[in-house]
Amino acid sequence: MSLRDSPLGELKVPLTWTAAIALIVAVVAVIAILVSDRRETFRSQAYGATRGVADQVLIPVGDALSAPGRWTGAGIDTVKGYFFAISENQRLKVELKEMRQWRDVALALRNENGRYRTLLGLKTDPPIPMVAARVVLDSRGPFASTRLANAGTEKGIKVGNPVMSETGLVGRIVGVTDGASRVLLTTDTASKIPVMIDRTNARAILTGDGGPNPKLEYLRGQDPVKEGDRVMTSGDGGVMPRGLPVGTAVKGLDGRWRVVLAADKSPIDFVRVLLFEDFTQLVNERQLEEKHVPPPTEGAETVGVVPVAATPAAGAPKPGAAAVTPGAAKPAAAAGPTATTTTTTAKAKPAAGEAMAAKSASTPSAKPKSGTSAAKTPDKTDAKAATTKTTTAKTTTTKTAGIKTTATKPDATKPAAKPKPKPKPPTDDASAEPPH
Amino acid sequence: MSAVRSLEPWRWLGVPMLQVLGVTVLFGIPIQVWGLHLPEPVFPMAAVFAWAVIRPSILAPLAIVIMGLFLDIFWGGPVGLWALCLLTAYGIVLGGRSMLAGQGRVALWAWYAVVTAVAMAVGFLVVGVKSKAFPGLVATGWQYLATIVLYPFAQRLIDMFDDADVRFR
Repeated sequence: MSLRDSPLGELKVPLTWTAAIALIVAVVAVIAILVSDRRETFRSQAYGATRGVADQVLIPVGDALSAPGRWTGAGIDTVKGYFFAISENQRLKVELKEMRQWRDVALALRNENGRYRTLLGLKTDPPIPMVAARVVLDSRGPFASTRLANAGTEKGIKVGNPVMSETGLVGRIVGVTDGASRVLLTTDTASKIPVMIDRTNARAILTGDGGPNPKLEYLRGQDPVKEGDRVMTSGDGGVMPRGLPVGTAVKGLDGRWRVVLAADKSPIDFVRVLLFEDFTQLVNERQLEEKHVPPPTEGAETVGVVPVAATPAAGAPKPGAAAVTPGAAKPAAAAGPTATTTTTTAKAKPAAGEAMAAKSASTPSAKPKSGTSAAKTPDKTDAKAATTKTTTAKTTTTKTAGIKTTATKPDATKPAAKPKPKPKPPTDDASAEPPH
Repeated sequence: MSAVRSLEPWRWLGVPMLQVLGVTVLFGIPIQVWGLHLPEPVFPMAAVFAWAVIRPSILAPLAIVIMGLFLDIFWGGPVGLWALCLLTAYGIVLGGRSMLAGQGRVALWAWYAVVTAVAMAVGFLVVGVKSKAFPGLVATGWQYLATIVLYPFAQRLIDMFDDADVRFR
């Protein structure tokens, strides 16, 4: 039966109305998708499987399409190198001469800084490993400024990692999958990076607006910035390491301070991804959220936290106390049966008898770059340094909440060598001496 | 030979869609010529304008959503942003079809410029609300200019398919 013979064949649906209905349905669906989008968050799940698969598909496409451009550029560079070899040689010689002077200055400063660090006992950031990647696709619009790089999870890249060119900061990773990672440029409207002015140490937030020169917002102080000041990352918030070059400050046509990005001076084909992990990535959020309230100690004053038991029973370790100071678990095993211990040893692993109690406690000292925990519990290097200086057990007497306690700091090199049959519960060391 | 010359959707919807998406990918290559990047116009805008002028269709909004989502994923923007902008443009043209009928090339170009401006204003507001920072007007203006110069491609599509199906005469 043909359509004309069908009773529905005479039915005429107004085409404009059906198109309008389809349009409304599409708009509603798109708004729902738009509202649920979370592209700028640090959660790797927010990037979504669709984007990840699309990036994986786009990487070889972009790689193939950009290949002629790369070849052309390489050919032009070769020709220029051939014709301008002499002048470039002269320029490089002058530059080398200047750099040698700077090298001597740098060596002297490094030596001086090393001495200061030793004197002050400063804990410096560890070197940050890097991964090189090639940019295969690039978007530069006002509503999205991103790049697609051909390195992903297989090289250890994570969401939030800073990305640099050879001259300055490019952006940070907002999405990563196997073989591909999406870089949110500093010019994107979703990009907000804490920066500082090198000359005045003034802080600001570098905010992208889709244009080539992002804005400096929330500048504080009187005359915090001048034309030509160097801008670098401040490291505030732990998202980026401190001191990455960003660019130079300029006054925009709109009267606002903006930054001429240093990354624009170099070609955009290769980038370096810094495998930097900030505090929020290092700590175990679930453990941080756990709250352990120690049980009240019998006979002790219970104003505030009273972590120290005056005369704890030798064979009755208190789990609550262990939860407060998990780092002291191991020294506790080495301490004598009548002495309570402190929590000054870094990365102290719980002794066998207290392993469970220490695991249940929050242990921010387990990782090196945590802000407060790093101050209280230095890393392995610091622990070794402390060990070499304090080779013998040191006993200090402290008084907390009206209770006189004896705090013993054991030798960091020997806690496991002297396991005691009845480990003592560790105590809080709020008033204990720091390691010297 | 059939007496009725019909126009299949893949010809006036499918092929232009693939073409504009292909050109978009091509312009996404990271090339700098004398230190300048390639422009980044919204190529699908030309197809969207032409589709609404050619005839109303149920399939056109679906194709627009696909194009918009592709742009968002390809450019790395908020998913749904360009789909909403393009649908806005399509809706405006669809609502004003009676006024567009019989207009000359310049008038249609002016309509195209107005519709593109409205669509980009929607994008401007959405990005501002989502990012809590409005995009720069200069950057938005450059993309707007790069987009409205694409009108000849829309005109070509209109000339090709406006009267291509006798059932719609």
